[in-house]
Amino acid sequence: MMQPFRELTAVAAPLLRPDIDTDVIMPSREMRAVSKTGLGDGLFAGWRYTAPHSREPNPDFVLNRPDYADTEILLAGANFGCGSSREYAVWALKEYGIRAIIAPSFGAIFQNNCIRNGILPITLDESVVAAIAANVAPAPQSRKLFISLVDCQVRTPDGTVYDFTIAAQHREMLLDGFDAIDVTLKHRDEIAAFEAADQERRPWVHAFPPGD
Amino acid sequence: MAQTLFDKIWDAHTVADLGGGVHLIYIDRVFLHERTGSVALKSLEEAGRPIVHPEQAFCTMDHIVDTFPGRGDETSMPNGGEFIRTTRRAARAAGITLFDIGDEGQGIVHVISPEQGIAQPGLTIVCPDSHTCTQGALGALAWGIGSSEAEHALATKTLRVARPKNMRVRFEGQRQSGVTAKDFILHLIGRYTAAGGIGYAVEFAGEAVRAMDMEARMTLCNMAVEFSAFTGLIAPDETTLAYVEGRRYAPKGAHWETAMAYWDGLASDADAAFDAEIVIDAGQVAPMVTWGTSPQHAVPIDGQVPDPASEPDGNRRKAMEGALAYMDLTPGTPLAGLEIGAAFIGSCTNSRLSDLRRAAEILKGRKVADGVKAICVPGSTRVKKAAEAEGIDKIFTDAGFEWRESGCSMCFYAGGESFGYRQRVVTSTNRNFESRQGPETRSHLASPETVAASAVAGRIADARSLAGGAS
Repeated sequence: MMQPFRELTAVAAPLLRPDIDTDVIMPSREMRAVSKTGLGDGLFAGWRYTAPHSREPNPDFVLNRPDYADTEILLAGANFGCGSSREYAVWALKEYGIRAIIAPSFGAIFQNNCIRNGILPITLDESVVAAIAANVAPAPQSRKLFISLVDCQVRTPDGTVYDFTIAAQHREMLLDGFDAIDVTLKHRDEIAAFEAADQERRPWVHAFPPGD
Repeated sequence: MAQTLFDKIWDAHTVADLGGGVHLIYIDRVFLHERTGSVALKSLEEAGRPIVHPEQAFCTMDHIVDTFPGRGDETSMPNGGEFIRTTRRAARAAGITLFDIGDEGQGIVHVISPEQGIAQPGLTIVCPDSHTCTQGALGALAWGIGSSEAEHALATKTLRVARPKNMRVRFEGQRQSGVTAKDFILHLIGRYTAAGGIGYAVEFAGEAVRAMDMEARMTLCNMAVEFSAFTGLIAPDETTLAYVEGRRYAPKGAHWETAMAYWDGLASDADAAFDAEIVIDAGQVAPMVTWGTSPQHAVPIDGQVPDPASEPDGNRRKAMEGALAYMDLTPGTPLAGLEIGAAFIGSCTNSRLSDLRRAAEILKGRKVADGVKAICVPGSTRVKKAAEAEGIDKIFTDAGFEWRESGCSMCFYAGGESFGYRQRVVTSTNRNFESRQGPETRSHLASPETVAASAVAGRIADARSLAGGAS
């Protein structure tokens, strides 16, 4: 089970630069163990600290500013999470405490990785993301953003409501915190039937060693 | 109803329609490597979940294994040994075929999968590695996934996937001499942005693609992910079949005949509808080089660093300004002539035998400029041996390049070996992201020819001025 996502009221931080890649989110040098945990400190390491191998916070980086303490929502630019497939990027975001990301678009692998780990990726127009960011900016700690996955809505502190869409499958997985493997294994019989038919249709694909 | 190549492969693998555009897709082959596969295998073990078809899963050591001669399990990357040993132990326990350090089959996953005939037309192939799209060059539906998705594929033989739309990118006409598949893909991304392919499976087609050999097609498909596409793929043809036939895991005997008949239908129907189409005149594509920190920051090699002031969108302008500051460049500077500290030939993009041969043509009888650290890392152990049999290693080492064991090497910096703080590198790899090749390194992506010519010149240089070797 992963943590279900239903509703959230939280601090939202802007990272509106487009094309933020997963190397920036989680540099490879920070992936030090065969583990899905112990990664939060490496999040945005290249931007968050003053030098490549230091842990001295860069005071200019948005998540280091007192206004954005306890950020749980990122407001991001287009194509957020492009690049490497590394799920470490999502594990690091999760460990840091990020629960939702709102962006005009996402890297496809990253978006799937979010859903698999209970982080809600919300796709909204660039102008809407900018409007949300502008609405929160004057006082991020008191002007928290409200997200409902139940109603598929984002509500800004001034009461503006933005509807979003998400694949029904993805919504259910997030709402219930289901493990995808458990859910898929309910299709066990269909998978077995497909495989049996496919062995007739494409025998060479199932022959090991090949040629037998 | 007329179908695209992608539609045909997708439909042939659909186990169930899960609703809302998400399908349960049957996965033919899973590939793993020690960087992201290790955690997937360990997690499956901890959950007590068996791998349902281990004979259809493969694993290699490529990402963090050292490329120095005499390498072992310990790595210059701190704690790399844990990744290597976890992967080896878990792969063996699960009964997965492992191409281990020292095996003749070892190499970069997207080099060895085609090389061994594991990648074939019409297969679904996944790997927890974004450059899995490389294998679409064979006419496979191959895409990168996360580690959890890899667990899912291994435990269920399926994935739950949102169906992408169809895009076709046609390179029509003939390429100019000295222009390569790497230049084609950088041209596409430079013109249509690093987000241009979001939501699409991209079929590469057209006269100039048909004319490419398999290795060039792999280079083209390799960077479909840098276009943010779901994947890239190319319809199988005579070139594909000639490449696949006889390889270790290719179908044999009667299976080969059956497979050939099946593959014959793997092409987009003449009247198939694409949701988007881009047509590029191949003759207009020049050798490309990047100036910034995204593959879309690509210009012809005789071009200049662009001016952010010309970008109307505020966030994009700021991103360009950030990239220029990071790269220590100013608008209007010509790319050719920029002094470099290092040159790298390798990676799943450009490390195959044909890549090394073309670079060797440039390097023959020439020397790497003083002060330039130049490294060549063949994409697989077989590529390395084949190159050595032709004397290519000698050309590289005589020129002053290091000649390494196969692996991903310094395509990325994992905390071990790197090009050094703020070093300027011209590289045949696929990503010029911040700190990708070392702490605050400044990477310029280009073809192997351009890298070789630049290594000789000590600055970014157009290989066409050197083509044909030194006299």
